[in-house]
Amino acid sequence: MKIPDSPAQIMETLPSVKTDRLPLFLLPALALVALPLIGSFSTWVTLTFAGLAMGMIIFIIASGLTLVFGLMDVMNFGHGVFITLGAFIAVSVLGRMAGFTESPSLVRNLIAVVPAMLAAMVAAGALGLVFERIIIRPVYGQPLKQIMITMGGMIVAVELIKVIWGAQAIPLPLPEAFKGSLLFGETAIEKYRLIAVVVGLVIFAMLFWILSRTKVGLLIRAGVHDREMVESLGYRIGRLFIGVFVAGSALAGLGGVMWGLYQQSVTPEMGGAINVLLFIVIIIGGMGSIGGCFLGALMVGLVNNYAGFLAPKVALISNILLMVIVLLWRPQGIYPAGKA
Amino acid sequence: MSEPLLKLEGVHTHIGAYHILHGVDLEVMPGEMTVLLGRNGAGKTTTLRTIMGLWKATAGTITFRGEAIQALDTPDIAHRGLAYVPENMGIFADLTVCENMLLAARNARHIDQMDAKRLDWLFGLFPALKTFWQHPAGLLSGGQKQMLAVARAIIEPRPLLLIDEPSKGLAPSIIQNLISAFRELKQTETTILLVEQNFNFARQLGDRVAVMDDGRVVHAGSMADLVGDEGLQQKLLGLSLASHS
Repeated sequence: MKIPDSPAQIMETLPSVKTDRLPLFLLPALALVALPLIGSFSTWVTLTFAGLAMGMIIFIIASGLTLVFGLMDVMNFGHGVFITLGAFIAVSVLGRMAGFTESPSLVRNLIAVVPAMLAAMVAAGALGLVFERIIIRPVYGQPLKQIMITMGGMIVAVELIKVIWGAQAIPLPLPEAFKGSLLFGETAIEKYRLIAVVVGLVIFAMLFWILSRTKVGLLIRAGVHDREMVESLGYRIGRLFIGVFVAGSALAGLGGVMWGLYQQSVTPEMGGAINVLLFIVIIIGGMGSIGGCFLGALMVGLVNNYAGFLAPKVALISNILLMVIVLLWRPQGIYPAGKA
Repeated sequence: MSEPLLKLEGVHTHIGAYHILHGVDLEVMPGEMTVLLGRNGAGKTTTLRTIMGLWKATAGTITFRGEAIQALDTPDIAHRGLAYVPENMGIFADLTVCENMLLAARNARHIDQMDAKRLDWLFGLFPALKTFWQHPAGLLSGGQKQMLAVARAIIEPRPLLLIDEPSKGLAPSIIQNLISAFRELKQTETTILLVEQNFNFARQLGDRVAVMDDGRVVHAGSMADLVGDEGLQQKLLGLSLASHS
């Protein structure tokens, strides 16, 4: 047999296989179904964009949670605290840089917002490390205890946040250049929602690249499937898990900043309030699956906004209904991460 | 006589409240294939998992190249040069064949950094791997998965290969392919500890044999001696070659 010059050449000569693309049509189908119900095209575009922006922020927050569950079967019901901490860190940083956020210059706004996001990610990541070491490590493999202790951990952490920042809601105004809308004919798209969509896409592209193109990503995907075999190949899954947990916490911190700016105020309970949405997203997506999480988050964002406009009373249960429908179709979620 | 590559002395293993291994003594000589035979529940798989550190030995010593490894974590044991193919093959179904192989090549961060000559040798041993290189491993047949599992274990040279029931559930023609592949592998002087229930498969490959029962090794010797002694086969395994040929 001829020795190949490079293994990459072998890959190029072989046919690729079909991937499951059916779930990719869910989003356009959902949007198209909503169009005649909403009636006005411009309102539909505005709602669709609002839904996508919301979905992107939820994806940023939920991506770490789904990987943490996929890798170690850890049910972290305390994930919301990283969101809250990130948002409050942003309040402190942006509050001290009011001169930059009140300027109409986008560059000056970014000089304030980018450090606020980085500080939020560092703080949430550090809290994530403490959370994993002190709260989660002792209860590996004990799901019921995980639920109870992570919820307890979040309650304690939220109370500590109240001690530092107070129990009241604090305004988190958008920087000047982020305010207002862009008009496309009769359609108005809020600038901040556009930013949220761009940031969400960048995060998704980065995660997708890491998971599909790097050895670390390969290890994470393999670990989600069979962590014992990964260890047998000579890799320390525990260290990988800590890395994923910290990165996931940092992303939740970033999501907290974006969610706070989206709501334009922060409260100590904001993380807990969004927790239910996060679990709906990762269940819909298939626990442990980043692609599924991305699709699930966007669907939740769209359904939330469409239902809020069409039938506000139904909006509260719309995402539960969405989850029921998806699970009736695919009981393991849209893109289940196959466990060994 | 050379020193054993792997040596188990009085190894006990508990899984929860259950006492599975009751003082296993076993020697694996370098360059040879040692076959671990025994009925279901005799402790063969537990022995392999204990060697790999997936279940901890509660007593006794396991030495590899003279170093005690029973207290080491599984990744450290793997780094000592032990490769493991579990009974369920441990294939990452969502990853492609290529990605499964890349993962096992610890020294390669990218496909281009894998040893092309060794890869080509593996393609010679297991041609299906090349055909399905870009396919998700979960789509492979049982035999192809087994070939991938073995190829993955030897993508980089490893001094000792632990393989758990590779012939289980495979069609006879696939088993013949595996036998051919193992024969070629033996020529590279790779040391193999093979767990099997299929005596016909095992006798064609093994240099030495150890028979387990109730968590102990009840017989150890050369495969040729066992193959040539139907009485011993009947006594240890409850069978004769005539019923397997």
